[in-house]
Amino acid sequence: MSATLRFGEGNLQYDAQGRLRHLLSIEGLRERELLQILDTAESFLSIANRSVKKTPTLRGRTIVNLFFENSTRTRSTFELAAKRLSADVLNIAVGTSSASKGESLMDTVDNLVAMQVDGFVIRHPEAGAAHLVVRHLGDSVLVVNAGDGQHAHPTQALLDVFTIRRLAGPIEDRVVAIVGDVLHSRVARSQIHALSILGCPEIRVIGPSTLVPEALSALGVHVYHDLRAGLRGVDVICALRLQRERMVSHRLPSLDEFHGRFGLTPERLRWADPGALVLHPGPMNRGVEIASEVADGAQAVILQQVAHGLAVRMAVLAILAGAAGGE
Amino acid sequence: MRRMIRNIRVMDPHDGFDAVTDLAMADGRIVARGTLPVGFTAEEVLDGSGLIACPGFIETAFQGHTPGHGRDGDLASELRAAVAGGVTQVVLRPDTQPMADNPAVLQAQRTLADRLDLAKVHLSGALTTQLQGAALTEMAGLAEAGAIVFSQAKASVASAALLRLALSYAADLGLPVWLHGEEAELAAQGVMHEGHSSIRLGLPGRPAAAEQIGVQRDIAIAALSGCPIHFPHLSTVAAVAEVAAARQRGEPVSCGVSIHHLLLTEQDVGFFNPHAKTLPPLRPAAERDALRLAAATGAITAISSDHSPWGVDRAGMTFTQAPFGIAAVEWLLPLALRLVDEGVVDMMTVLGLLSVGPARAIGLPAPSLVAGAPADLCIFDPEAYCIVEPALQWSHGRNLPYGQWELRGQVRYTLVEGRVVYRR
Repeated sequence: MSATLRFGEGNLQYDAQGRLRHLLSIEGLRERELLQILDTAESFLSIANRSVKKTPTLRGRTIVNLFFENSTRTRSTFELAAKRLSADVLNIAVGTSSASKGESLMDTVDNLVAMQVDGFVIRHPEAGAAHLVVRHLGDSVLVVNAGDGQHAHPTQALLDVFTIRRLAGPIEDRVVAIVGDVLHSRVARSQIHALSILGCPEIRVIGPSTLVPEALSALGVHVYHDLRAGLRGVDVICALRLQRERMVSHRLPSLDEFHGRFGLTPERLRWADPGALVLHPGPMNRGVEIASEVADGAQAVILQQVAHGLAVRMAVLAILAGAAGGE
Repeated sequence: MRRMIRNIRVMDPHDGFDAVTDLAMADGRIVARGTLPVGFTAEEVLDGSGLIACPGFIETAFQGHTPGHGRDGDLASELRAAVAGGVTQVVLRPDTQPMADNPAVLQAQRTLADRLDLAKVHLSGALTTQLQGAALTEMAGLAEAGAIVFSQAKASVASAALLRLALSYAADLGLPVWLHGEEAELAAQGVMHEGHSSIRLGLPGRPAAAEQIGVQRDIAIAALSGCPIHFPHLSTVAAVAEVAAARQRGEPVSCGVSIHHLLLTEQDVGFFNPHAKTLPPLRPAAERDALRLAAATGAITAISSDHSPWGVDRAGMTFTQAPFGIAAVEWLLPLALRLVDEGVVDMMTVLGLLSVGPARAIGLPAPSLVAGAPADLCIFDPEAYCIVEPALQWSHGRNLPYGQWELRGQVRYTLVEGRVVYRR
């Protein structure tokens, strides 16, 4: 089996003709594919407002949602996205599948491929899982990474930049701050790559050193450990979900202290530019990384993000599938 | 068998001998290097034109998976790989299944190795039970069963107090102890170097400082008992400097490096290539370059391939699940010759790092091709190019990041005590 795994060659996300075939990480994508996805998402967004919300783009295709981790938002928007494109959708959640009986990821995937499916949307608790599937399957089916460990969550980042572009204006002159547990966040990693590919002039990451180490500056971001300084002049604030296990691993003394230093409250929101947008990938810990007044306030665009997520995921599936059929 | 090799370039790092001449062997020993004894007749005469003969290599960190379940290879497959790489002596690592922490395991290893009769096999015994660093093994029993070193393989001893006792107990037996340098807790969860790539990939890292701290601590503890210690695979220049400083003070401390740390960097992990997952992890280019310098200047005395084969059942694992290790013993020579081509060291130095240096770390007599020495040698064609094809390895392991690399230097013959154990 190992002989079929491909290592060391170029970007796995593109096929031999240089077309985008898989979406594994934002890193390594060209600006023109990012823009193509965002522009396509604009057109799908308008479809959502029609009474007949379906398009025939993926009619006859089968997309498998293969989720090895719990998810409500991502899984349901991918399902809805595929259905609105007229694809058949198979939802497989681990725990109800043979993966819990010890079957390997590769065998699970092989069995589904034998059923002639056309694409996988994969979420897995380990970094690199979607890459591994592409190494194994090659370009025969499309693969979308819907979150792999702490590595990447590309569609979330795409919907975030889509939201910023629509609601805050051109990314080329917006200052964006990502607040919270950046080190362990696949969302933050993907956001950083998406923003920098699209020309964001300044990306800041804000949080305590245990969650926002200086080493993150290798990704081209400015590191802040003080919320007030970090928010000064910021147009967009992306809050991150704080995982409770960070307390067990001693990266934080308590949730209260984190909220005290870095929680987004209405008063602190004023440290940013007036009218700064507040994004959150969900699910939120109200009263920890974000206060309810902010989450439900006028500057929050959290529910728009969800709506945009649907359009962006439709765009991703349509573009990746199009590369397969030469449409 | 009486054997003669004519017109071969003999390179002997033991005494720096380098000339095109003849070699004669009989009864498992070198009879002459240079002028043959009058009346010497050979049953086989080989033409050595264009080839180089050097002492066979010594692999200090050899995972033979014996005892083991066989799916990742066993002593038979891995020793065949070793001799294909010009290796004539190996030291088995104790992290087998079950582990080599009791005499019965060593006896089983010895029996199989003798039956195979390929490379010479040296045994190591675990320093602590199950390598867990919690209790001493029966070291005297292990020594009696043939252990020539006590080793912790890839596991550090977390407790300083226990390490102190283990080293002082081992010192009684007069055998060296091989340690894994990284401080256990600081490196605990990491699967690769903590740095740019781990940040990029979202993988937990092992900081370089863990190795420096661990080596510093182990050296200080060893000084309490005077037990000779060796670190077979260091990966950071700070740790190498600790070893060099201890040697300056006259302490019996030495270190080696894997060929992988001299050729590859953390960037070779790319997008989750599990074949570049090794322990200690691949480091940034600055560390690699400093390690190269340390090897060139003698601060590092041995190069190993850190042979760790994993069979095909391991394919399909994510980077985090995949076991640590690279299986490349049969490419050890051509990989090491890259260092020559890149101007790091000269050929004689690299051959010494593969043979004389490891022998010193183990406490074996320095291999040589002088008259009277055991006829353990590697004969290779330095100008033959080959392309690495992992699927065609002798080793059961397919886990190496060198697939499709074009390398110079092909082993043509490997002789152990005068017997040809590999020929191509």
